[in-house]
Amino acid sequence: MTSAGPLAPAREEERAAAVALPGWLWLPATLAFALIALPVVGLLLKADWPRIPALLLSSASVDALLLSLETAAVATALCIALGGPLAVVLARGRLRGLRFLRSVVLLPLVLPPVVGGLALLYLLGRTGLVGKGIDLAFGITIPFTTASVIIAQTFVALPFLVVSLEGAIRTAGERYEAIAATLGATPALAFRRVTVPLILPGLLSGAILAFARAMGEFGATITFAGSLQGVTQTLPLLVYQQREEDVDAAVTTSLLLVVVSIVVIAVARPRTVQGVA
Amino acid sequence: MKRVLATATAAGLALTLAACGSSSTSSGPAPGSSAPEVRTLTVLAAASLTGTFNALKSRFETDNPGVTVTISYGGSSDLAQQIVNGSPADLFAAASDTTMRTVTDASLTTAAPTIFATNVLQIATVPGNPKKIVSFADLAKPDLKVVVCAPAVPCGAAAAKVEKATGVTLKPVSEEPDVKSVLSKVATGNADAALVYVTDVTAAKGTVQGVSFPESSQAVTNYPIAVLKNARQADLAARFQELVTGELGQKTLAAAGFGAKK
Repeated sequence: MTSAGPLAPAREEERAAAVALPGWLWLPATLAFALIALPVVGLLLKADWPRIPALLLSSASVDALLLSLETAAVATALCIALGGPLAVVLARGRLRGLRFLRSVVLLPLVLPPVVGGLALLYLLGRTGLVGKGIDLAFGITIPFTTASVIIAQTFVALPFLVVSLEGAIRTAGERYEAIAATLGATPALAFRRVTVPLILPGLLSGAILAFARAMGEFGATITFAGSLQGVTQTLPLLVYQQREEDVDAAVTTSLLLVVVSIVVIAVARPRTVQGVA
Repeated sequence: MKRVLATATAAGLALTLAACGSSSTSSGPAPGSSAPEVRTLTVLAAASLTGTFNALKSRFETDNPGVTVTISYGGSSDLAQQIVNGSPADLFAAASDTTMRTVTDASLTTAAPTIFATNVLQIATVPGNPKKIVSFADLAKPDLKVVVCAPAVPCGAAAAKVEKATGVTLKPVSEEPDVKSVLSKVATGNADAALVYVTDVTAAKGTVQGVSFPESSQAVTNYPIAVLKNARQADLAARFQELVTGELGQKTLAAAGFGAKK
């Protein structure tokens, strides 16, 4: 908010003049916020603060944090590289059965992540449809590798990017591209110079959602990738394991996950994405 | 629309109450209900007891008309946490002394826990045992993909104990948080072998093959049971515990692969 610079006061005034909220909105809005925020407050209260530095600096925590950041970043990049084009096709493509394809894209949202992990095992596991061939041809087994963590995260995070980007593309409409075309732009040029800048905020907010989902991913990862420190044990997996013997450690690791996610979102979100659904 | 609104309001109200931290008193049976009293015994039991306790539950319900037994199965430490956090239950059967200690340390049992069964580790391999694994030392072969439980969970602690006793160091490809995810890695053929409890192999019904090894006696896991202090049906809980520790219970447990009580 503060980063808007000299324009900020004027924009604040404009906003105040344009939008007067009906008072009753505040009650459900407050409840919604409380439902999200209060459990985290519960975590904060439960945390064993004096032990936190030692717990956070344990090799398991550090390894899990680095692995989570690395895998979630790669998964987000994959979501953009693969999901971006998919969103464009879904929003603009003229294809029979597009509506059916769109509902298939939503599947990872509906499937319990554990089931998604099993599905990935049956496809890419050592005895899976595709995994068997890869194992025989190259001697590579996908499960239990860091790559399998990234695949699991990409699987569950893709719909978040595709859905929000597709919405942004639809909202943007095709008017500008049509005008660009009358001015002689080829489809490729119009896409690069007109469409991409228009949908960039939507892409960023989709990427943030995808990153957040990848950071929190648990079920598909444990089922498809397993859990080994430094290789496949991401923060959520570490939390789940710590909870077995040391609840304080689990709480601390959860807080670490919360803080890292908030920082990443806060750093990425201002300016470009503000106000974009 | 009106009904939707009413439901939403009720849920919202519940949230508000929850947010304020006020605890509502549980409502008893509706006044004036003339139906005969139906009593419900709530048991929290370790997931590895699923088969045996379901069998004992049917027997108990037949022997005690009007009694319904509700058993909630889960990881022992999850269940222990639930009890410490006020879960309304009558009886707790855990898969390790450590998890039971969480509950006894909080003084939430009526008496000292009784050990009603024991369990030992077994190697689970892909059916047919294609990698010809016959001993614990075989698990250390470099070309094998071995999956174990994380050291934090009982089956992982037992595995670490056996490793220490035998001097064989395993290089697992994964240390999983529970037996089910360990077993599924072998059952789907993605791992060659796993270390789980002998009862898990029995319960997996042929999706994995068990290989016993003598060193398993180095790490015997106890299964303690205790009636909980906040039990609403303490008498029923004590009777269920008697069933478990009695002849029929022991026979059922033995059939599932458990060792005898101490």
